[in-house]
Amino acid sequence: MTTLAGLLRQRAAVVATIRRFFEERGFVEVQTPIRQSVVIPEAHVRLLEADGKYLQSSPERAMKLLLSRGCEKIFQICPCFRGGERGRLHLEEFTMLEWYRKDTDYQVVMGDCRELVEYIAGALQADDGWAAVGGAPDKWRWLYTTVESGFDRLSPLSLAEVLRRDCFEEILVEYVEPHLGTAGGEFLYEYPVQDGSLARTRSDDPGVAERFELYIRGIEIANGCSELTDPVEQRARFSRQCARILAEQNIDIAMPEQFLTEIAAIGSAAGVALGVDRLLMVLTGAETIQQVVPFSVAE
Amino acid sequence: MFAASDLRKGLKIVIDNEPHIIVDFQFSKPGKGQALYRCKLRNMITGSQFSNTYRSNDKFEKPDLEERSMQYLYHQDDEYHFMDTNNYEQLFLTAEQLANNTNFLTDNMEVSVLFFNDRPIDISLPIFVDLRVTQADPWARGDTSGTDTKPVTVETGYQLQVPPFIEEGEKIQIDTRTGEYVTRVKE
Repeated sequence: MTTLAGLLRQRAAVVATIRRFFEERGFVEVQTPIRQSVVIPEAHVRLLEADGKYLQSSPERAMKLLLSRGCEKIFQICPCFRGGERGRLHLEEFTMLEWYRKDTDYQVVMGDCRELVEYIAGALQADDGWAAVGGAPDKWRWLYTTVESGFDRLSPLSLAEVLRRDCFEEILVEYVEPHLGTAGGEFLYEYPVQDGSLARTRSDDPGVAERFELYIRGIEIANGCSELTDPVEQRARFSRQCARILAEQNIDIAMPEQFLTEIAAIGSAAGVALGVDRLLMVLTGAETIQQVVPFSVAE
Repeated sequence: MFAASDLRKGLKIVIDNEPHIIVDFQFSKPGKGQALYRCKLRNMITGSQFSNTYRSNDKFEKPDLEERSMQYLYHQDDEYHFMDTNNYEQLFLTAEQLANNTNFLTDNMEVSVLFFNDRPIDISLPIFVDLRVTQADPWARGDTSGTDTKPVTVETGYQLQVPPFIEEGEKIQIDTRTGEYVTRVKE
């Protein structure tokens, strides 16, 4: 049983180690506004409001604006807010680490993810209270699984079949996710473009988005992609999301025009969003996300 | 009506016109995907359990459930008769509906009867009931065989394990949730 003081020390150690990792690699830590008047339209995110503005569900829009304005390698550790998300792996307010690199693609930031997790796990090895997954990090097995082969291996239905039946997420959480990253880290990558969101599609296959998720112990830790910087394609995807939000939640989300104007200037880039609380869960062996934050929801 | 975001452990909802209680609940939201509400449900009439996953826009009817305090009267074959002591109205539930609860019912016992759409579907017993032991083997003092319990039968016909000092004719307290012996009742 970890004490409150012990938990806070573990959180502080992980955050300090993240900062050291990125500083050693020439990244600049940035801060962007937490309240936003313009947001990226995402049908599956319920925004929380604060005095006429939205609390960020992610710093993605602001950080990409920094990329378009000349920043090359940036990272941020910040609170994010998503309404109605409560459960073993979800808090409405949680801590996100995001980082972006210019002139690169998703495979490079997949490498960042693995290096970062190994770096943190290695740095924290000596301390008490850390539950190394499958032994010391140099003994971890890292697996790289395309979404299609993950469904072939673990699901009763193929990827094509679940997309046809509109049950991709149901089958993913029931059959695939629990078995990912059981011996270390596992990347699930190349998502169907329906779940592409802000990811670039593969040049040789427009049905596949250059996006990945990192799983450890069956828990989704990070999500990353090659950033879509084509304003025409991005506007088309946003329009579809706006229409869904209007139909399902009756909220008229404004198109992020500034963002659409500026993303072309980014050229190519890749980025990752990593849930710091969930990373703490796998490093400490916690069963629920509530165990790694110092206050309960009610408090 | 309940929305999917209202779902949680212990909530009662109507599915296929029958009341169900959520016995296990998990919120999932994979990657950039939609929120999923994964439930394990128990049918409050049949007791059968199953799992189902719901999406954000699913809606659920709230079951019309009512609990009334009633007195157990008697049973005839598989029919267990109860009476509302306020208006003397009588009704019965079947042994199948009552399942293990029949092990603990004694004449005149106050129980809570659960109604769904004005139809009785289940009862809740007091957590502890006192029942008389009707059959027990005598305890051989000095028995060193090592067993620290023995089987007895109580007035309802239910059999359970009790400490060896319990004798025929005594009353014992039983936990109706587990069906286990709690203590000897002094009379």
